[in-house]
Amino acid sequence: MHALEKLMANAAGVAKVSAGDRVWCKVDLALGIDLYRNIIDSFHEIGLEKMQHPERAGFIFGINAPAPTIRAAQNEKDMREFCKKHGAHIFDINSGVVYQHVIEQGYIFPGAVSVANDSHATICGALGAFGTGTGGYDTAAALGFGEMWFKVPEVIRVAIRGQLPKGVFAKDVVLKILRELKSDFAIYKAIEYTGETVAAMCLAERMVLCNMAVEMGAKTSYIQPDEKVHAFLRGRVKHDYTVYTTDPDYEYCAEYVFDVSALVPQVALPHNVDNGVDLTDVEPFAFNQGLVGTCTGGRLEDLAAAAAILKGRKVHPDVRMLVIPATYEIYSQAIARGYIQTFIDAGCVICNAGCGPCLGAHMGVLAEGEKCITASNRNFAGRMGHMNAELYLASPATVAASCVEGVLADPRKYL
Amino acid sequence: MAKILKGRVLVFGDNIDTDMIVPGRYLELSKPQEIAAVAMAGLDPDFPKKVQPGDIVVAGRNFGCGSSREHGIIAFTANGVQAIVARSFAKIYYRNAIVSGLMVLFSEEAHDIFASGQHCEIDLEAGTVTNTDTGRTARCDKLSAEDIAVWAAGGMVTEYKRKAQAINQRG
Ligand code: SF4
Repeated sequence: MHALEKLMANAAGVAKVSAGDRVWCKVDLALGIDLYRNIIDSFHEIGLEKMQHPERAGFIFGINAPAPTIRAAQNEKDMREFCKKHGAHIFDINSGVVYQHVIEQGYIFPGAVSVANDSHATICGALGAFGTGTGGYDTAAALGFGEMWFKVPEVIRVAIRGQLPKGVFAKDVVLKILRELKSDFAIYKAIEYTGETVAAMCLAERMVLCNMAVEMGAKTSYIQPDEKVHAFLRGRVKHDYTVYTTDPDYEYCAEYVFDVSALVPQVALPHNVDNGVDLTDVEPFAFNQGLVGTCTGGRLEDLAAAAAILKGRKVHPDVRMLVIPATYEIYSQAIARGYIQTFIDAGCVICNAGCGPCLGAHMGVLAEGEKCITASNRNFAGRMGHMNAELYLASPATVAASCVEGVLADPRKYL
Repeated sequence: MAKILKGRVLVFGDNIDTDMIVPGRYLELSKPQEIAAVAMAGLDPDFPKKVQPGDIVVAGRNFGCGSSREHGIIAFTANGVQAIVARSFAKIYYRNAIVSGLMVLFSEEAHDIFASGQHCEIDLEAGTVTNTDTGRTARCDKLSAEDIAVWAAGGMVTEYKRKAQAINQRG
């Protein structure tokens, strides 16, 4: 069995599962997010009266927060009342981006199962946990039942080899994988990342790979937990957990190998995530906004890379640069390390921890014809504002270098 | 129970993402009629005027990719779209559809034989999609009697309703 199968079997209370089986698994954390008021309606439509395990359920307010409209404020008000009534968790507007926050708070651990109305639940794989995004009915059911059915996925192995060159990051690796394998290659399947490059990556970089597994169509992702994971979780997870390992005879449904030792920074051009090119092949173009933040590019390591470039420099006068720490834990560490002061001195705008303008609901949306170079994960038309705005996905370092020059720029000369 | 679906076809291409179907700025809406009014706002803001109850959407690869928003399903069901036939569906979208009772069918070939405005007939048991204007037929998923029954009852959500009822009775 694959480690993911063992994890699912354990959550389902059975000895063995294999790809294609349908099982009801215990859910360690089910989360609604502030965007989806319909979860409450679905909860009632299903006929749920109370939550079976409110200690494993809750809502988080990180996306459209603080409320930008009266309607959003009303939705959040209803959600708070709903959680209070049922005794579920409220991760309020002082939390940040969905999974980054609950991971920091120790709710996700090796072997855990989690669902949320957040497609980037795949990020749980970086901790050896199973996470998948769910719609309104499924989220409501998971909140109410404390369990959810899943079809056990086949697993694709993506091995990453070679030492990453300076100025080239996990974001570049994942954009390269998407560019080669395309945005639907892993639909209904799980992706496991292996290889010496992954082993050498810090947890934050692994999270980038797992976060964007959903951009490849994957249901979930997995990286075998190691000492780095345990070290991160020490003091955060207050109970024991089981680390599952894959049997040597497990057969992957497909295997791919990427050698990244000669990789150059990547840019995904509008309007699809798999539209990647080598940055060096793109004619530098002027743009209007840069964004360092989100569940893909808003961790401390991302802010550190951007701050290293911006230190003693200024954001180009024709560019607006937004910096949005993913959570308040990251925000306060960034203050302690002086990054925030660096950003302010450079002329950046710092927004409250959370998703920022990532999905075009508030805080930095784009006008018609504007261009944004962003450390986020999706460049679909209309994602960050007007449907004729253009989004270019890149690493936080590429965003920062570009914001200094006012045109798409190669970060390697600054590092 | 209906095993044949007939309707007018609306054709879309590859990678129709959920931001096109319902852009993020509309996610604060939660009532089906409100969501119906902004359906496809990221691609074709006139879509709610063009779509008619009973229409069938035919699309390319990776339909519904991107975020987990169920608004992407409601945008079609609340406008009366009765089925979506695509080369492939994004995982979360597919699941949301079968849970909600929106008929979703895989067909590698259907996208090649339709233009918007033509009419189609889907035989769920035989697994065929026929363009009744041209007579051309494509293969699609063949559904079992059980699958059809789940869909006709309103989707997998009915299983959740039964489960909730059992829990409520237990007290
Ligand atoms: S940062 Fe963007 S992609 Fe990530 S959870 Fe928030 S809205 Fe979704």
